[in-house]
Amino acid sequence: MRLASWIEIGRMDELARLDTPVHRLDARAKVITSIAFIVAVMSFPRYEISALTPFFLYPLVLIFLGRIPPGCIMQKALMAAPFALAIGIFNPFFDRAPAIVIGSLVISGGWLSFASIILRFLLTVGTALALVACTGMYRLAEGLERICLPRIFVVQLLFLYRYLFVVANEGSRMMRSLELRTCGPMRLSYHVYGSLVGHLLLRSMARAERIYCAMVARGFSGEIKVMRKTSFQPADWVFLLGWLAFFVAARR
Amino acid sequence: MSHHIVEARDIGFIYPDKTEALKGVSFRIMHGESVAIIGANGSGKSTLLLHLNGCLLPTRGEVRIGETPLTRQTVVAGRRAVGMVFQDPDDQLFMPTVFEDVAFGPVNAGLPSDEVERCVTLALERVGMVHLKDRPPYRLSAGEKRAITIATVLAMAPNILVMDEPSSNLDPRGRRRLIGLLKSFEHTRIIATHDLELVVEVCSRVIVLDDGRVVADGPALDILDNESLMIAHGLECPSSLRLKT
Repeated sequence: MRLASWIEIGRMDELARLDTPVHRLDARAKVITSIAFIVAVMSFPRYEISALTPFFLYPLVLIFLGRIPPGCIMQKALMAAPFALAIGIFNPFFDRAPAIVIGSLVISGGWLSFASIILRFLLTVGTALALVACTGMYRLAEGLERICLPRIFVVQLLFLYRYLFVVANEGSRMMRSLELRTCGPMRLSYHVYGSLVGHLLLRSMARAERIYCAMVARGFSGEIKVMRKTSFQPADWVFLLGWLAFFVAARR
Repeated sequence: MSHHIVEARDIGFIYPDKTEALKGVSFRIMHGESVAIIGANGSGKSTLLLHLNGCLLPTRGEVRIGETPLTRQTVVAGRRAVGMVFQDPDDQLFMPTVFEDVAFGPVNAGLPSDEVERCVTLALERVGMVHLKDRPPYRLSAGEKRAITIATVLAMAPNILVMDEPSSNLDPRGRRRLIGLLKSFEHTRIIATHDLELVVEVCSRVIVLDDGRVVADGPALDILDNESLMIAHGLECPSSLRLKT
């Protein structure tokens, strides 16, 4: 159960059920604003650091107005950190031309671009997580479909999110049975680990098929349907246009 | 909508790993009948049930729901008539809250939201789980999950109710509620179960499966009382009948 509790599966769904001004906004407004945010952040040149700082305002506003615990977002962002580190880690080695001097410390361009990558990672991943936490995956998927993202991508995204639960669940159950049958410290051979991973894959696939069968048996046909279709309110327009204006101004 | 006959014509099914799970199963269930499918573990009960709503398509033979054979093209229409409750509740509860899970069927059917609310509340009341409607399903006990999966199917108002081990993991009160619910359901009921006492109370007809074949098909009390038949196929007579003498 440790793995599942560490990932806090289900926490995002819980947070999405809160009732705050941010939660009540139309999913489409939040999605379009977040996409514009990510485009603006990624459009900066590679050595840019100081110009990125005003952009922290958007995710922080989502987090604090949406009453989302910042620690929850940070913990999940850190899980994706190895990817950002892998992308940026070679920059300081390949790009050694000095860029700025602070006192007697010379900082090369490689370190600047590495720091820029880390900052952009925090901004974009933090925003994406905050978006999911204040909208809920299902409403988010419905919003994406309504802004004309191809249905196949939306359904894939939804199933990816849902089956993350399945795999984590199966994995924690296998770990528990392993612990219960191990006396003393767990020292497993590669053969056993290989079998465990293979079983995890097969069990998850089998379970995913059964869940799909259950969804289809209750009328699911690929189209995401929700109980109450939302429509754009004045607050949604204010949110969308206000933030877009801010991003344009901060980008200059 | 009425007179939905469920017919199996010589169904054979071989799994991809070459296991022959069904070796020629035939029966005809009329509208309103209450039928139990019993058999030892591995006799093919769950496989047979999965054929009744098109989750599996037979490798030979055919299944007919109301005179329409179930094929890849007709399964969607067939599933509107057949409500299926699977063996593992975790396979059927996939929405963030119980309410949304029970509403999944009606919402997909395109019902307006006040009608959906009505269906969901009614279905949850019938299984006695209204107080759990805002909880996430993965946090509930096995019995509560079982009751809610039944509600998810009831909310769609099916004509034919197919259930795989519905009373497993239910506490005595929940089981009694299930029996009451099944008795009050007027349409066709097809139940695969090991709970022979439930069969005695709810079902008028029993089909016995052994090794993928039908070995007996007739009135429930006649078959359940036939000790040699039951023991020959890995079962035994229910206590309520054995102790009657």
